[in-house]
Amino acid sequence: MSFAWAKTYEPQTGFTKWIDEKLPLPRLVYNAIGAGYPVPRNLNYMWNFGVLAGFCLVLQIVTGVILAMHYAANTEVAFATTEHIMRNVNSGWLMRYAHANGASFFFIVIYLHIFRGLYYSSYKAPREMIWLLGVVIFLLMMATAFMGYVLPWGQMSFWGAKVITGLFGAIPLVGESLQIWLVGGFAPDNAALNRFFSLHFLLPFVIAGVVILHIWALHIPGSSNPTGIEVKQESDTVPFHPYYTAKDGFGLGVFLIAFTFMVFFLPNMLGHPDNYIEANPLSTPALIVPEWYFLPFYAILRAFTDDLTIPFTSIVLVQAKLLGVIAMFGSILVWFILPWLDKSPVRSGHYRPMFKKFFWFGFIPCMIVLFICGGAPAEQPYVLLSQIATAYYFLHFLVILPIVSQIEVPKPLPYSITEAVLGDKDVPGGTDGGGDDPRAAVKGLPGKSPDDGSLQPAE
Amino acid sequence: MADASDTATATGGADTHEEGARRRDFIHIAAVSFAGIGATAAVLPMIGQMAPSADVLAESTTDVDVSAIEPGQSIKAVFRKQPLFVKRLTPEEIAEANQVDLSDLRDPQTLAERTAEGNEDILVTMGVCTHLGCVPLGAAEGENKGEFDGYFCPCHGSHYDTAGRIRKGPAPTNLEVPEFAFTSETVIRVG
Repeated sequence: MSFAWAKTYEPQTGFTKWIDEKLPLPRLVYNAIGAGYPVPRNLNYMWNFGVLAGFCLVLQIVTGVILAMHYAANTEVAFATTEHIMRNVNSGWLMRYAHANGASFFFIVIYLHIFRGLYYSSYKAPREMIWLLGVVIFLLMMATAFMGYVLPWGQMSFWGAKVITGLFGAIPLVGESLQIWLVGGFAPDNAALNRFFSLHFLLPFVIAGVVILHIWALHIPGSSNPTGIEVKQESDTVPFHPYYTAKDGFGLGVFLIAFTFMVFFLPNMLGHPDNYIEANPLSTPALIVPEWYFLPFYAILRAFTDDLTIPFTSIVLVQAKLLGVIAMFGSILVWFILPWLDKSPVRSGHYRPMFKKFFWFGFIPCMIVLFICGGAPAEQPYVLLSQIATAYYFLHFLVILPIVSQIEVPKPLPYSITEAVLGDKDVPGGTDGGGDDPRAAVKGLPGKSPDDGSLQPAE
Repeated sequence: MADASDTATATGGADTHEEGARRRDFIHIAAVSFAGIGATAAVLPMIGQMAPSADVLAESTTDVDVSAIEPGQSIKAVFRKQPLFVKRLTPEEIAEANQVDLSDLRDPQTLAERTAEGNEDILVTMGVCTHLGCVPLGAAEGENKGEFDGYFCPCHGSHYDTAGRIRKGPAPTNLEVPEFAFTSETVIRVG
């Protein structure tokens, strides 16, 4: 699908014509990320992170496949082969540091991508399916990253595996059996390490598959944009290539500067020194913390310190440990119903004054507090702070967003993307680079009057 | 497939006596059931292979000689690849454990319920915090025993008393007492 004015692929040479008849793969690429995909002309740099996330996935798969050529998933040698990669394998240190920091950068990029989705309400109709698939990708990424961190079989690897698999033990009735089944023993050992390696190799390709669905779903309504109003006319869009290939290319350059700086100068900054000590099942590190990208969720897990009881009795309804597990998984699963919680017809946070206040002064500080508390020892004031922030997190999604979307009076929206970009001051020969006033040249969509109001609902 | 010819029969003159349960319905149900049972049979071993293998299960008992443990002393052994604490309690520690009112406990158990009859001074527990699986301190000389003179988990601050019962902190239950039995006067077999 595409807009009516999308350019069509026209093979030029005999060979490309022959290919196009047998397997129109070049046509697919042309329509997906080439000149055949019209994209809103007003995308800002927050729209770079989808392409960057795709780059990170490829980077992780390439470096990961290389590391797997030198690594052995056996508790006897896993730690040693990791050191072998660092010391003996040609450029092994580079591959491993690129892979370890690549995981961190993948999460940075994904978090900014999710941030963009939350601020500009990219999850709203008609783009719910893109958002839902994105949440699936995020869950798969978390599982993949967790299992990858276990592979070097250092202290943090082992104890991280023990704590995270221990979460399943909190499930009533079947928890303990489930945990033993998942780990293949009574504690993480060779069986666990091997299956984690196997799944860590498999899941990125599953992610790649869901990414294809994610992009497919995106190309049905087309990209959203910072105004949140839909594309109405040809002058609202530019072809993806060369306009956004160039813009994304610039973003990729900036990303690579930051990434290579970390790989070459601060390769261990985001890791834990304890993971350079080989796993020891009889000795727990003083402070077990997950990788930085899991800290907010770890804070939610640890925020529950008391059992849920029937008031004024000591009858326990849900144990504290299970509450923490439910809340931690719930904090991400709540994203699955987000498109139906936020009913405001206006998408972009720019035009939603009340939403904007709660977002910047409520949600963002809440995430920062959770991030800090997740890495702090389990003592006051961090416990209380993480409890308050956890409560706010769920309030934001389950109470504040639905209420705000009912009572908020949005600011007036521009008539079109073109108007939002060029404004009323635009004159022929003005900033759009063309000779004619684009508003005079625009053609309305069939069946729609060009004056159908300034407030365009999402549906 | 044979669909085309089937359709021809069904839509031809034959469908007068094939109303209700048709022959083809039976074939559909039979084929889908057969494939379903086959798929289940194929999936079951794929699930079962994840469970602990025979060599892991073979290591699931441990013998510990408790004769050398002095009162007040603990040793760490390994049981199912996890730390096992074996402690000989002093008379004071036994008295302290027995003084506690059971209604004050999160997971009410008496010391007698947690030890073997006739050997109530030998406390055998897993060295695995019931919160998230860290190894509590207190088994080795000079380690922090927590506020209740038993074990203390440094990860999230769970305090266990002299009988290994949870008294304070996030852990939901007492330190697990594995199944064990005295195989002789001085040796216990755990598991």
